Amino acid sequence: MSARTRELFALIPVALLVTAGFTAVLIANSDQLGNLSFLYGAYFLALCVATHIVIRIRLPDADPFLFPLVALLAAFGMVMLFRLDEGLARDQANWFVLGLLLFSATIIFLRDYEALERYRYLIALAGFILLILPRFLGHAVNDAYLAIDLGPITFQPTELAKICIVVFLASYLNERREVLVVGARNIAGVVLPPLKHLGPLLVVWGAAMLLLVFIRDLGSSVMFFGAFLALIYVATARISFVIIGLAMFVVGAYFFAHTAAHVQQRFDIWLDPFDDAGGSGYQLSQSLFAQADGGLFGRGLGDSLVQLPACHGDFPDRCAILPAPHTDFVYAVIVNELGLFGGAAVVLIYALIAERGFKTAVLAEDGFSKLLATGLTAIFALQAFVIIGGVTRVIPLTGVTLPFISYGGSSIVANFVLLALLLMVSDKARRRVRLQSETRV
Amino acid sequence: MNRQIVKLFGFIVVLYALLFGFTSYWSVFDSDSLEANSANRRPLLEEQQIRRGTIFADDGRTVIARSTPVGKGNNKIYVRHYPGGPLYGNPIGYSFVERGRVGFELSHNDELVGNKTEFLSVLDELQGHQQEGDDIVSSLNPAAQQAAVNGLGGRRGAVVAIVPSTGEVKAMASIPEYDPNVVKNSKAFERLNTDDSAPLFNRATQAGYPPGSTMKVVTATAALDSGELSPSSTFSGRSPIEIEGVPLSNSGGEQFGTIDMTTALTNSVNTWWAQAGEKLGNDTMFKYMDRFGFNQKPQLDLPGFQLSASGIYQGARLLDASDRIDIGRVAIGQERLRVTPLQMAEVAATVANNGELMEPRLWSKVIDPDGRETRLDPARQSKVMSEDTASKLNTMMQSVVREGTGTAGAVSGIDVAGKTGTAELSPGVNDAWFIGFAPASDPQIAISCIVEHTSGFGGPTCGPIFKSVAETILSGRNG
Repeated sequence: MSARTRELFALIPVALLVTAGFTAVLIANSDQLGNLSFLYGAYFLALCVATHIVIRIRLPDADPFLFPLVALLAAFGMVMLFRLDEGLARDQANWFVLGLLLFSATIIFLRDYEALERYRYLIALAGFILLILPRFLGHAVNDAYLAIDLGPITFQPTELAKICIVVFLASYLNERREVLVVGARNIAGVVLPPLKHLGPLLVVWGAAMLLLVFIRDLGSSVMFFGAFLALIYVATARISFVIIGLAMFVVGAYFFAHTAAHVQQRFDIWLDPFDDAGGSGYQLSQSLFAQADGGLFGRGLGDSLVQLPACHGDFPDRCAILPAPHTDFVYAVIVNELGLFGGAAVVLIYALIAERGFKTAVLAEDGFSKLLATGLTAIFALQAFVIIGGVTRVIPLTGVTLPFISYGGSSIVANFVLLALLLMVSDKARRRVRLQSETRV
Repeated sequence: MNRQIVKLFGFIVVLYALLFGFTSYWSVFDSDSLEANSANRRPLLEEQQIRRGTIFADDGRTVIARSTPVGKGNNKIYVRHYPGGPLYGNPIGYSFVERGRVGFELSHNDELVGNKTEFLSVLDELQGHQQEGDDIVSSLNPAAQQAAVNGLGGRRGAVVAIVPSTGEVKAMASIPEYDPNVVKNSKAFERLNTDDSAPLFNRATQAGYPPGSTMKVVTATAALDSGELSPSSTFSGRSPIEIEGVPLSNSGGEQFGTIDMTTALTNSVNTWWAQAGEKLGNDTMFKYMDRFGFNQKPQLDLPGFQLSASGIYQGARLLDASDRIDIGRVAIGQERLRVTPLQMAEVAATVANNGELMEPRLWSKVIDPDGRETRLDPARQSKVMSEDTASKLNTMMQSVVREGTGTAGAVSGIDVAGKTGTAELSPGVNDAWFIGFAPASDPQIAISCIVEHTSGFGGPTCGPIFKSVAETILSGRNG
């Protein structure tokens, strides 16, 4: 069975799952069953099959599982949003379509992703501008500058910036990795990169710190810096570089934690969310309560308590038993309604996507492709970890989106572009493998 | 680079394993403590939407507490009503979302809201059942409860009536009482909570009173069952005598010669029993007190914070046999001894039940929404004394009611065994006690009664209350 046929067959259960999910929500909400859920399921399948055809034509050898896995996440997200608010689900469906269009456009118009290498400094600059833009054009949400208003929609440039930064780092590190390793000196038992090549790395560190200060978002900085360290490690095979980088980040973050009140507060909440469960710790403690309420199997789709019944107060936030259920805390809603099994399924899907992504990196031939696939996969996987980790109190809570699941246009569109690049690397790598095995036969 | 990529994937897997670990911790392993967290409103909100089970009296018809729906659709909630008003306020307690819950309503909450194991509730959900509470038939008897309250007649105190062979509590009255229906109202609750007479305090299970001479039943048990003394053993009954260097007198300074145990119990001779207590010593006395359930919280199905242990207290600390204790005065219910009315009812019930103490229970039957019944399976708490000891004590206690201090507890046509107690708090102010059971030949009910801060004595004050409650229960059984 060809890779594409496998992909096509994998999409069918996903579409069935969407249908089942919508059905469950409809039953829970209205006690009646029309053909609406079948209609939604059919739309979803049609969109996925159309995209599948684009992949079939342009990237026939690409990894067969990545797209169905992403579709599965999107299906999860759409059902959860539909369950929370039909309006949100409709918006998200529009973004999903736009994401698929941009995905196809990337595949069709960017004929050779290696061309990106030539524009790496331009791309780096674009990424940097995207990152700091909200500070000048946007407004602070929860004290962090992440979004800018573009008329009726808000746009989160960090989502696109992460791709730019990864492309730049992959290209840059691919070129410099030899000198970074060869020129490394052992100083007092610590292997340090040569000083003159240290500069750009310090720039990246500085950028991550800048993110903390400027955008004031710990989540994005952890994500960016994590991807950076992952790439350094893969490029140079020096764990010492990673440790140095990590130490620098921790020192910087520690410093800002003590100077920026909001970072300090995040840490305090993380250490004891119940200390001020009615105030600053409200969100996190409610998230944990929602998960506890879910138990092993969950309460069933549509049966989670998200709002207080008939609550109209001066603080609408206090009416929410689970605040931000469609964005930051969508994972808590999933655990509440589908239980530990549902939560584990979501984590497993991300792990499988990471596995396919890293597999692509392993199969890729040249350094740039390897690093690009590694970087894209790492930043995607880390993003999922940062937000789920925040919601489950593994790490302090920060506001990044749960890729493909939580509500947000920029996130879904950017992650589809990320997926397109990953599939392009995969297509090239797997075609080579296929041709090699064919010539051998 | 490939090796590094594989290691990186391994690292991501470790991170994700952490996510899985933490999710399982919150959702399964730590979920009970999270659900009990006071900042968590979910359990309250959800329970409001569950039809809470009805609590019936022992006849299975009289409603003690029921929930009625208010509103409809998704906003439908259930509100608790107590048709009996203050009659069962203590011990049943109350359950309101605004106020929380106490008493029987709290200790039997899981049944009343229909909480089951995770597995069973999943089965129910699959079958589309909505969670519904179980009904509970309590052991409380409306007529006996009413007789107890009427008997106390507004005087502060408590009455507890227990079926000796099963431990079922037929009456548990605590005066002053309160009406659980008004607790919903914040102002009314505030008033109840700050009232000096402490109506929310369940005197039957929480109050520590000096037991006075009712304690002599415990002392007699220790003396007879340990073999140290027999009903015919003698001590001098003169008054006063020195106990631990302090003179001790009989009630009214009454003098007795050298008398046996039966006479000493019948006339409640303090000096006789103090000497007996000193002969027995700390270890034997504690051994039997422990067997009766002293020095630990009673095994009753009420919340732990509404139960007090009976024993010898130094401040809030329970003393043990190794502490310096005037055991002679413990033997006659003085010293720093503090007991609950429930504990003394258990003492009477134990003698009545041939020396076996049954765990006291306020419930008799649980009925789930499908009509399946679970009946109380009476459990023995301890074997306090031999049947022979119990039988000797029974005989002696009958003599107390027939010709001694407890004649006011006599029920016509039925032989009653009992013991009076009068703990003098200050001159002319007593805690008046009566404990006993009837019929002595075939005990159906064991009762303890206390009236606080009265000028009267145990027999005349509590005897008639005992009589009235016992008659009510015995006539109910016959009829």
